[in-house]
Amino acid sequence: MRFRCKIVDVSCLNHFTRVVNTITKLTKSCTLRLTPANLYFILTDKVANGGVSMWCELCQANFFDEYQMEGVSVEQNEIYLEMVPENISRALKTAQNAKFVKIKLTNKHCPCLTMAVELPSLSSTSRIVTHDIPVTVIPRRLWNDFKEPTVPDFDVSIYLPAIKTMKSVVERMKNLSNFIVIEANRNGEIILKIETDLVSVSTHFKDLGNPHLISIDASQNSIQERDPDFMSEARVDIRKLLQFLAGQQVNPNKSICNIVHKRMVHFILLHDDVSLQYFIPALA
Amino acid sequence: MKSVISVFRSLPSLEKTVEKCLISLNTNSSRLVIQLFCKYGVTKTHNLSYQDCESLQALYNTDTCPNVLRAPARLLSDAVVHFPLTLSEVTLMASPGKVILKNYVEDEVDPNKAMLTELSLSREEFLEYQLQKLDPITFCLREFRGLLGFAESSGLPISIHFDCAGCPAVFSVDDTVLEAHFVLATLSDTDLASQSQNYGAALPNNNDDDFLGDDLDYMIAMETTLAGASSPPHSPVFNNRPLPGPTLEEQAVSSGDEDEEEREVPGTPPNKKFRSLFFGSILQSSGQAAQEVLAEDSDG
Repeated sequence: MRFRCKIVDVSCLNHFTRVVNTITKLTKSCTLRLTPANLYFILTDKVANGGVSMWCELCQANFFDEYQMEGVSVEQNEIYLEMVPENISRALKTAQNAKFVKIKLTNKHCPCLTMAVELPSLSSTSRIVTHDIPVTVIPRRLWNDFKEPTVPDFDVSIYLPAIKTMKSVVERMKNLSNFIVIEANRNGEIILKIETDLVSVSTHFKDLGNPHLISIDASQNSIQERDPDFMSEARVDIRKLLQFLAGQQVNPNKSICNIVHKRMVHFILLHDDVSLQYFIPALA
Repeated sequence: MKSVISVFRSLPSLEKTVEKCLISLNTNSSRLVIQLFCKYGVTKTHNLSYQDCESLQALYNTDTCPNVLRAPARLLSDAVVHFPLTLSEVTLMASPGKVILKNYVEDEVDPNKAMLTELSLSREEFLEYQLQKLDPITFCLREFRGLLGFAESSGLPISIHFDCAGCPAVFSVDDTVLEAHFVLATLSDTDLASQSQNYGAALPNNNDDDFLGDDLDYMIAMETTLAGASSPPHSPVFNNRPLPGPTLEEQAVSSGDEDEEEREVPGTPPNKKFRSLFFGSILQSSGQAAQEVLAEDSDG
């Protein structure tokens, strides 16, 4: 197994930092999957993290000036690492004016992702900071646990309103309730709702638009027959939703919310070269 | 300390209104008296209680230290930003060509989980670079950050005098009106010895690294540094001895107040506040010394 890459361009570095920061906000530890074309940050739906799962995909060519990898074997040219994204985030935080950042897989006292940051200095030689970030190499037999999550046939797919607006609404609701109901229909409406013994609050968003679905075949039976005004809903842990809304730093071009009635909410954030999917299971 | 800070809070307004400041010790009532003589005949008097404390007298002599490094405070503070705020100790390794700072991983931490950060500063960045002994030293980062903040605010370079592991490291700032010595305890030698043993064991693994092309020299540098220094620490001695807020000691120059204030640095005041206090003390130290002389003359 070999892996090394290098970022020189400042905007790429910033962009990569933002992605990693977003991941850091969503999870303490995650799986980093490396393939020749892409990097993936993966969180699988374990009970321990409330059944939430995440799938973040980056196209390496858009971030790295150099990228070389050799997977476990020629057929399985991939590497899976378990790591703490906060460590990368921390290392990148002080690397914002770096001349370059190199990341590579090394075997020191334990397997590490070693980040070497070259910083400008006053003298002719530059300062080099290295961070050894411990990682666990995930053996091949466990790779199946990290398959891209299949998106179940959702009942509604809708564009999200501005995430900042949503965030400020949900932040206030969080003070009142632990759960939030997300409702949406195929007529461009989303309702965020909390209900407690004392108070019910709902916020309505209109004219959001529904993306045209690709998987018409699969969803025909469920969606086609439905009235476009029918509200599909899911009740989720409000902290998980807020974590997602507050943590994201990728400024997506498109953000989509899919709801499987009473089962789960699926968010997709699309930015040119990054896609982030986040799944929150519905609670009874 | 806090109450002293509160007296000198909001420097800008003090500078506008206060004409002189008198600091005296009232031994009869056990009070430290700070009097601010302001404009329009207003006098503010603060009576502060104080406690007797054992003063830790660090034994050190900067002249006999084989190693001296001098660098702008900015260089060092730029270097320590790379370490996490929660990190307690940092190891400094000086070699003829460069100085390496790395985080010291404590005993309890699983070395396979801790992130290691290492930074090298080349010799050219230092103003003075005298080395005779190449022992790595490990000292407290928190206090180091504090004194860097102080040195940076006064814009003065820091001199580091150090000997071997376990001997105090003296960080000093000099100026015509101010001379401050911060003495930090360093981790004793026995701990480091056990560490380097660990290193011996850890080293062979390094050979698995594959380094392609241009990275080679940089890797070699890394391996040599590994051979000397810290990571999985075994520091029973150090841990049992709850860092006595590394002995900070100073020889203040122009006035006695400084002495008192600086000695307290190992305590907890947040940097900003204590920095501003220091400013206060610098400003007064020059002014006030003169004042006192005047008073004595007239008495006599």
